[in-house]
Amino acid sequence: MSNAAQDYTLAELMIAAGAEAFRNDGEVLATGIGLIPRLAASLAMKTFNPDLMMTDSEAFLLSEPNPVSGRVPGQPQAQECWMGFSRIFDNVWSGKRHAMVGPTQIDQYGQANISALGDSYQKPKVQMLGVRGFPGNSISHANSFFVPAHSARVFVEGECDVVSSIGYNPARLPRGYQLDDIDIRLVITDLCVMDWQGPDHQLRLLSLHPGISVEQVVENTGFEICLPENIPTTPAPTEEQLQIIRALDPLNLRAKQLKDNPPGDRSAVTKLQAVGA
Amino acid sequence: MNKVLSAADAIAGIQSGMTLGIGGWGPRRKPMALVRELLRSDVRDLTVVAYGGADLGLLCASGKVKKVIFAFATLDFIPLEPYFRQARQSGELEVMEIDEGMMLLGLRAAAWNIPFIPTNLGLGTDVVKVNPDLKIIDSPYDDKEWVAMPALKLDAALVHVDRADARGVCQIKGPDYYMDDWFARAADNAIVSCDELVDTEYFARGDEARYVLWERSQTSSVVPIAGGAHPSSCNPLYGFDVAHFKEYAASAKEGGYGTYFEKYIAGKSEDEYQQLVGGLDAIQQLPLPVY
Repeated sequence: MSNAAQDYTLAELMIAAGAEAFRNDGEVLATGIGLIPRLAASLAMKTFNPDLMMTDSEAFLLSEPNPVSGRVPGQPQAQECWMGFSRIFDNVWSGKRHAMVGPTQIDQYGQANISALGDSYQKPKVQMLGVRGFPGNSISHANSFFVPAHSARVFVEGECDVVSSIGYNPARLPRGYQLDDIDIRLVITDLCVMDWQGPDHQLRLLSLHPGISVEQVVENTGFEICLPENIPTTPAPTEEQLQIIRALDPLNLRAKQLKDNPPGDRSAVTKLQAVGA
Repeated sequence: MNKVLSAADAIAGIQSGMTLGIGGWGPRRKPMALVRELLRSDVRDLTVVAYGGADLGLLCASGKVKKVIFAFATLDFIPLEPYFRQARQSGELEVMEIDEGMMLLGLRAAAWNIPFIPTNLGLGTDVVKVNPDLKIIDSPYDDKEWVAMPALKLDAALVHVDRADARGVCQIKGPDYYMDDWFARAADNAIVSCDELVDTEYFARGDEARYVLWERSQTSSVVPIAGGAHPSSCNPLYGFDVAHFKEYAASAKEGGYGTYFEKYIAGKSEDEYQQLVGGLDAIQQLPLPVY
């Protein structure tokens, strides 16, 4: 990390932190849903895990990830294998995949929701996507979560309104399964990095983004999390990583993903708020 | 054998109360001209099985749908299908919400004439809680529990392809054929619209036959409609119509289904519809999406 960047955005910090999720995956399909997770998986494939597989978000596996911006229709890409949607399931069910997804709700068990909000399933207050591939993904392969705005509305008290993916909930564990059969990896938010390796798979704080306090994380999480004694700061992206990110996103769409495109180090912002500026 | 029918004659085979599968995926290669024909009919109480886009949204908004078997409904660049959303939030729809892979298994079970396919998909989630019809079973081979995904037997299916001949040999040359082969196989009556009607000899050239994904015996009727997937895409022939989808989504907020239906569908032929959206040439010029 001798070459840590001084000037980087929060989005770029989250891309670098997200890439770490795929570091030790070996040869699996890395799927990042949304621009920042896709850049995270692409960065991992371009640097420390070239064995990863990625798709063109349509029907082909690529030997080199596509840039997320600046491409034109019909532009050549490094195709290596056909994998239409029905073949995706062959891959998913084989377990050789790690997806980073952005749920609307996540609960204390790591169960997630993208289906609907509100108490009544028959008449939801807000219909969202539907459970989509969450049930099958979560019981078949590794999943990480991306949360662009860490709040108690995302990290909800109790259970998700519609439990779309299986988590570490003993009450819902299917017969013949162990909690360890479920594989939820990292949670990358705009405040911190977490995993599910606290006691009994409790959500655990791994690192705080520069300028963020433990209190901010605790206040914005609707359930109790595990706080280890030593909580390091999320490492800044390196200059090399920033170069690769720029090449993968030449039009800088990543600047539009987080509200007001904050800087990676928010110490200055936090100080201004403290003096009431 | 000649399976060519007009859209109206083909859709006449769909009756109220039927289970109808619709091919394509979100805003991609949806048999929209056939859906428009269905919207003009007096069919109702349908159970619709689809990887849903505006096909599902329009049918829900029209009041023709009793039950939806779905995993999602989306227009991709407009993440939430606006009319499906309204229908769900009204509380009037019966639903069977399942994983998108479970839908594939259900279609396969129907195609293979077996009652169910065992799977672990859905275990530990609300999918097994909110669907009382979804049975959990023991395995004769291990001690785990399994979901018995039932066959999704379709009375009819609507699918759009690039090309077909009059005997029902169908070709999809886009990068993905989604689950369209399984929709065709799971249906008693597979109605296929095509952008181009070709001679049988066409398929003998080069590797054209490699892009034929099901046997012609699975195709019940062939409806030639150039541009028939509009406003969804039919890659590589044309992309989806972003401007039209935006207008469609806006109509859900203001004016409602009635306004959209009156403007584009009610009493209109497909030719008239295409003139209203800029003409067939304009449809065929729609750029392919870049992901």
